[in-house]
Amino acid sequence: MTRSRSDLVWIPTFAILVAFAVPWPLWGVDRVVAGLPVWIWWHVGWLGLCAALFALFVRSGAWERGMGRRAADPVDGTGNGAVDRGGDRR
Amino acid sequence: MTLGLSLGIVVGYLVVALALGLVAYRVSETTAEDYYLASRSIGTLVLLFTTFATLLSAFTFFGGPNLAYAAGPEWLVVMGTLDGVLFAVLWYVIGYKQWLIGARNGYVTLGEMLGDRFGSTGLRALVAGVSLLWLFPYVMLQQMGAGEALVGLTNGAVPYWGGAALITGFMILYVAVAGLRGVAWTDTLQGLFMLSVVWIAAAWVVSSLGGVGAATEGMLAARPEFGSFGGGTYSVGFIVSTAITIAFGVTMFPQINQRFFVAKSAATLKRSFALWPVLVLLLFVPAFMLGAWAAGTPVTVPENANVLPVVLNEYAPTWLAAVVVAGAMAAMMSSSDSMLLSGSSYFTRDLYRPLIDADASERREAWIARIGVAAFATLAFVASLFRPGTLIEVGDTAFSGFALLALPVICALYWPRTTRTGMIAGVAVPQAIYLAVVLSAVVDAVPTLPRTVAGGWDVALGLMLLSGALTVGVSLVTAPTEEGDASRFAVVSD
Repeated sequence: MTRSRSDLVWIPTFAILVAFAVPWPLWGVDRVVAGLPVWIWWHVGWLGLCAALFALFVRSGAWERGMGRRAADPVDGTGNGAVDRGGDRR
Repeated sequence: MTLGLSLGIVVGYLVVALALGLVAYRVSETTAEDYYLASRSIGTLVLLFTTFATLLSAFTFFGGPNLAYAAGPEWLVVMGTLDGVLFAVLWYVIGYKQWLIGARNGYVTLGEMLGDRFGSTGLRALVAGVSLLWLFPYVMLQQMGAGEALVGLTNGAVPYWGGAALITGFMILYVAVAGLRGVAWTDTLQGLFMLSVVWIAAAWVVSSLGGVGAATEGMLAARPEFGSFGGGTYSVGFIVSTAITIAFGVTMFPQINQRFFVAKSAATLKRSFALWPVLVLLLFVPAFMLGAWAAGTPVTVPENANVLPVVLNEYAPTWLAAVVVAGAMAAMMSSSDSMLLSGSSYFTRDLYRPLIDADASERREAWIARIGVAAFATLAFVASLFRPGTLIEVGDTAFSGFALLALPVICALYWPRTTRTGMIAGVAVPQAIYLAVVLSAVVDAVPTLPRTVAGGWDVALGLMLLSGALTVGVSLVTAPTEEGDASRFAVVSD
């Protein structure tokens, strides 16, 4: 089963999720919001976003297609004979 | 009086945790005829928490708050990013792939998987040996953490070595009594318990300080630089290299990597993946913020003590402080136990059987594993007495050592052209260099090699790149050996 082209968008998505879990744009900012430094809120919110997008990644079936499998493939695989075509996602 | 109460709670809790492990072992003994095969049936909650249990270590409970206390709350961001996001992505890239391959070929250890793919006992033994090498400082870290925790809790009445010896004794006892079949659900109970207790403790301390806003104000009054993101210890180089080396390192930890083989179904892995960032945050926010807020309080942390027990002693009832320390130590004990168990399976399956005695009886193997665990834990205890660094430094050394395995493994998983020679070069060379760097700091006879360059960049990050480059480069100039079989790692079977 080949991966659909739209799944490729997950690669930059994951890269951005990892890169901006660190609040780089707030470097040196010292504002306090609701009792905590604002960059801590960025981080907390960002991890929430990650959880939501990870769930979407799984639900959309990209999780399976990324490994060259169909969503319903059994563990030992009965696909069309294509070996995994690489796809290191990072 | 309060000293007796604290110690009673700590030792009592450890005994209860030990008894729990024993009961769980008895209950599961008949069904878990073979620990490793039975483990392939682990469900979402247990998988999630047994992986989570690795976070329940001295590195998180004590090292993290200590660093936040000394250098600022940015540690929360570093750990959240590496564990909550980067590790989750690797959970998919490495973990799910390993699960698919492992389920088909019946692998139990990383060394076994690579040894089979490349037809090389040498590679198998190399990977197992390297893993055991870096497991050593991480076990040592738990002993250091326990020693420092009791110093803090008892205001120095219990010496550092006493706490370290206590947890070492319980570690060995846990393995000896509960047998060599670790029980994942004790990890789960401990995880849930610690998560709740850390929040209760944080709530207690925060309300004593007059709320979150007041706690932060106090912190900023004492240490204004804690409010702005970055600066001080937290240079760009430090943040990036720490996050990358630890996240990749965690995936190569024996007890974590072995978890990749044991999930019952893909659904288990998927659910754990999506829940992971939230769970990580739930643990790190209260633990690390307590450390940072403590900087604004008048408490003084004695030398060689951890900040968390000290601040709890000051702002929470004695029993609560003792329960938190006891819970943390019990969680550290059961985490260490699962590390030691995985380590012992690396030792017996990948080193002892292939190299020394292929026909050893199961009974003999079980004994060798037990003796190995006791010797390993005792040696780590002795080393912990020398206190070669802070908790974070020792932990980071272990994580970085494991991280050097990650890129060669990813290469092997995804690039069929990878060769045996490429793997051996990619694993052995960076490990040898990194070991030289680490040992140079310990051995007085040689000049100490730098661990970081150009403002906080960890040399381990450079060595990671070297490991990847060597694996790819050497693979390109060498031919695959006849014993190797790339189809072993193909996801879709023929």
